[in-house]
Amino acid sequence: MATTTSITVREIPLVGLLLRRADDALVLGHRLSEWCGHAPVLEEELALANLALDLIGQARALYAFAADAEGGQHGEDDFAYLRDARQFRNLLLLEQPNGDFAATIVRQLLYSAFIDPWWHLAARSSEPRFAEIAAKAEKESAYHLRHAADWLLRLGDGTAESHRRAQAALEWLWPYTGELFEPEAPDLVAASVCPDPPALREAWQGTVFPLLAEATLSRPADGWMQTGGRAGRHSEHLGHLLSELQYLQRSYPGAQW
Amino acid sequence: MTEQPTPLWEVFIRPRNGLTHRHVGSVHAADATLALAAARDVYTRRGEGLSVWVVPSAAITASDPAERGMLFEPTESKIYRHPTFYEVPDEVGHM
Repeated sequence: MATTTSITVREIPLVGLLLRRADDALVLGHRLSEWCGHAPVLEEELALANLALDLIGQARALYAFAADAEGGQHGEDDFAYLRDARQFRNLLLLEQPNGDFAATIVRQLLYSAFIDPWWHLAARSSEPRFAEIAAKAEKESAYHLRHAADWLLRLGDGTAESHRRAQAALEWLWPYTGELFEPEAPDLVAASVCPDPPALREAWQGTVFPLLAEATLSRPADGWMQTGGRAGRHSEHLGHLLSELQYLQRSYPGAQW
Repeated sequence: MTEQPTPLWEVFIRPRNGLTHRHVGSVHAADATLALAAARDVYTRRGEGLSVWVVPSAAITASDPAERGMLFEPTESKIYRHPTFYEVPDEVGHM
């Protein structure tokens, strides 16, 4: 029977991995979908909605896999709609509010520059179903990276106003970038199920640093880095996001259309 | 602050190999790179294309609608230019 009761997931290592990646995709996808009806121009409205749909599609494939890996107690919708904020494993970076267009682009760039090479390596996963998801996601994230990089260059090296906004977004979001490189479950890395994020730091820097320079943006210093998303310790923003995302299923359990 | 209007670009998409690019619409974008991205994002969401061209709308020289009579009406009476009077054998197939 359909219920509004929050579920608790049995997070064996593989399920944990899938939830981390799926929650990242769902939360960022939801954030981008919030631009629908508010984007600065029609072309970007569709571009952002396209990114959102890519990410939500990734989340669905990953949740469906997690459901099977857990043993079938929960379905893909249950993961999205019936977990409390403390059960979500997404990066803090991705739940931050959209801010202005520059902040949305900076957030997208910082994440895409990490996740694109990560998916690229994950496409060689020893777990075939995960490799398949990764191969598809990598094509999408490659475009996300290009889209964000194209815009960051133009915002940073554009008008005084766009530069100021891009720089402000960078200062705001930089402390959330440390979390990108937190190690994955050692057993999964050892079994070549997924790449280990710390190994991708150089690739990420190789993308981000030259881009910031070209965009005439100054790179913030690596100071105190935020952490906790992977353990379910979120900023206050995730609860608000989930209250909107989960409202319908919580109010009308099992509703379909 | 003065705002310049964002340039307009015409979008052409080739749906499959072997077909020609067809005009599908237009987008606004500050430069060619963003125009190509916008064209991809706006006009290829349902698998419409394998190749996209964008051309600055200002680069297109168009015929004057007021001259339509002079330019196009004279051909209306020259139906012999349509090769529809010939019997094409079935073996020829699609032409």
